[in-house]
Amino acid sequence: MSVHVKYRIGKSRVFQGLTILLSVACVVPLLFILVYIIQAGITKINWHFLTNLPKPVGESGGGIANALLGSIIIIALASVIAIPFGILCGIYLSENKKSKLAYWSRLCVDILQGVPSIVIGIVAYFWLVKPTGSFSALSGSVALAIMMLPIVVRSTEETLLLLPDSLKEAAYALGMPFHRVILKVILPCGISGILSGVMLSIARITGETAPLLFTAFGNPYLSTNILKPMQSLPLLIFNYATSPYNDWHDLAWGASCILLIWVLTLNIITKLITRKWKVQL
Amino acid sequence: MKDTVDNDLITRPDANSGRVIKSKKDPEAVSTTKRLKRSHRQIKAENIFRRTLTVVGWATVVLVAGIFVTLVLQSILSIKTSGFGYLWGKTWDPVRDIFGVYPFLLGTLLTSFLALFISIPFSFAVAIFLGEYFPKGWVPNLLKNTVELIAAVPSVIYGFWGLAVLVPIVRSFESKIGAEPIGLGIFTSSLILAVMIIPYAASLGRSMIQMVPSNLKEAAYSLGATRWEVIRSVILPYTRSGLFAGIMLSLGRALGETMAVTMVIGNTSLIPKSIFSPGNTMASVIANEFTEADHPVYLSALIELGLVLFVVTVVINMIGKQLIKGVTTN
Repeated sequence: MSVHVKYRIGKSRVFQGLTILLSVACVVPLLFILVYIIQAGITKINWHFLTNLPKPVGESGGGIANALLGSIIIIALASVIAIPFGILCGIYLSENKKSKLAYWSRLCVDILQGVPSIVIGIVAYFWLVKPTGSFSALSGSVALAIMMLPIVVRSTEETLLLLPDSLKEAAYALGMPFHRVILKVILPCGISGILSGVMLSIARITGETAPLLFTAFGNPYLSTNILKPMQSLPLLIFNYATSPYNDWHDLAWGASCILLIWVLTLNIITKLITRKWKVQL
Repeated sequence: MKDTVDNDLITRPDANSGRVIKSKKDPEAVSTTKRLKRSHRQIKAENIFRRTLTVVGWATVVLVAGIFVTLVLQSILSIKTSGFGYLWGKTWDPVRDIFGVYPFLLGTLLTSFLALFISIPFSFAVAIFLGEYFPKGWVPNLLKNTVELIAAVPSVIYGFWGLAVLVPIVRSFESKIGAEPIGLGIFTSSLILAVMIIPYAASLGRSMIQMVPSNLKEAAYSLGATRWEVIRSVILPYTRSGLFAGIMLSLGRALGETMAVTMVIGNTSLIPKSIFSPGNTMASVIANEFTEADHPVYLSALIELGLVLFVVTVVINMIGKQLIKGVTTN
């Protein structure tokens, strides 16, 4: 072999090595973060931590019960708003592929997907907080629902587009009306794809902090009134992580650990479902 | 429910054709008027359903228009008072009612582009690794899923980790190179952002690289090209616009990212002197000062910042999506 060919093969090998090295290096920060957060957080989590309110500054101990409950309420409310809406919109888009409204609607969903979360927080503030005169869990839920929407819509649309037309045609041939074809035949067939989209969107909004800053606002006490400020996990992490107190940092580490485990679990389950469906989200 | 099931069975051809129809009721027993009523109800329900779908379709359009209009209406006050000086003004002093967002624009551009600069080699490496070198097998699959998990970690957790781990490291690095050892600042936020945006360009790049027709690659191989030469002169030129779209999507993410940046950037309204000095981005100013804004002009100035952010990210995302559409339809 001539020197030149050897040089070219060598160059190719070097590049391949570099690619592998850089790719593997991508995983390193994630592993660092996972290990660090779980190490710092897992020791803080116990029954007391999950069922008690945060203690005031200077007292050690305390828990994050208010944030857990608040997160659950806010997310449940957001899901109730966004999931039916998103699925219906996804059905509309997959049923009317070429109409003008579908084009605009699809464009708007695309836009929504890219809107920075903080901007949605501002808008929710003006739609709900200012008119009612108080920060509220409801406004936080609406903001999060807006963030959920594009993911639910896209996953529904993509899943329904994957279903063969013959399915729908067979149902029509039996004389079924349109709404029953969709609700009784098409949706049940695509349910796992849609569900994975829903789970992904829930995983995403669980960690969203920015839209809650001026909507749910946070609350050091246990609250179940959706028209009043409410604490949530990411808000608690943000507030306590940026505080100078070590006890509060401990609470924030525990909360981060719970949040991280929850989000990763949802994502992994979704991956397992979509592997069957090959839906690109 | 039971009623409608019966209905389906009854409207089939009757028992004279020889088929056995399992129906509790005798088909003849259902009167024509009743049947008409049923189909009338079905048609009505169908129409309601179709109308609901259209309304929902409209609602998304109204929602986005509503967001834009709200932002514009609320920032009119600031546009009137500050005018064009708003974007180029170098001082942000709410106490004296001077609102110039140049420091934040600079901060946003610096963090985003620096993050992009750091992350591109990594995300392209992942894209090439998964798209060309090892498209199948459990190791690449693991890598692909792990990289996608990077996007799943909440940004507040990145911020907290950055605050606890990265800031001290950057601080000692800064004291070594002779910069002011603060730790918080544009450089730290860029590092965190770089990690956060890797998956966006990587997963798009991977699917683009996998779309390169294999006969093009084979032709190059048959001419004696090495693997690197194929990547360099076939794959990269072919996927150029797709890769660029991935960069755009990453940039859109980086510009709008709020929490992680807010936690590690240091939050000062001064113009950053170097990449190691603390600063503020558009999103982090809003996050920090929105609830403190005590008079209308101040609040309106912050919302105008949100409007700028909205418009910029929408434009960048649309360019990205348009590029993707161009590639996938060809």
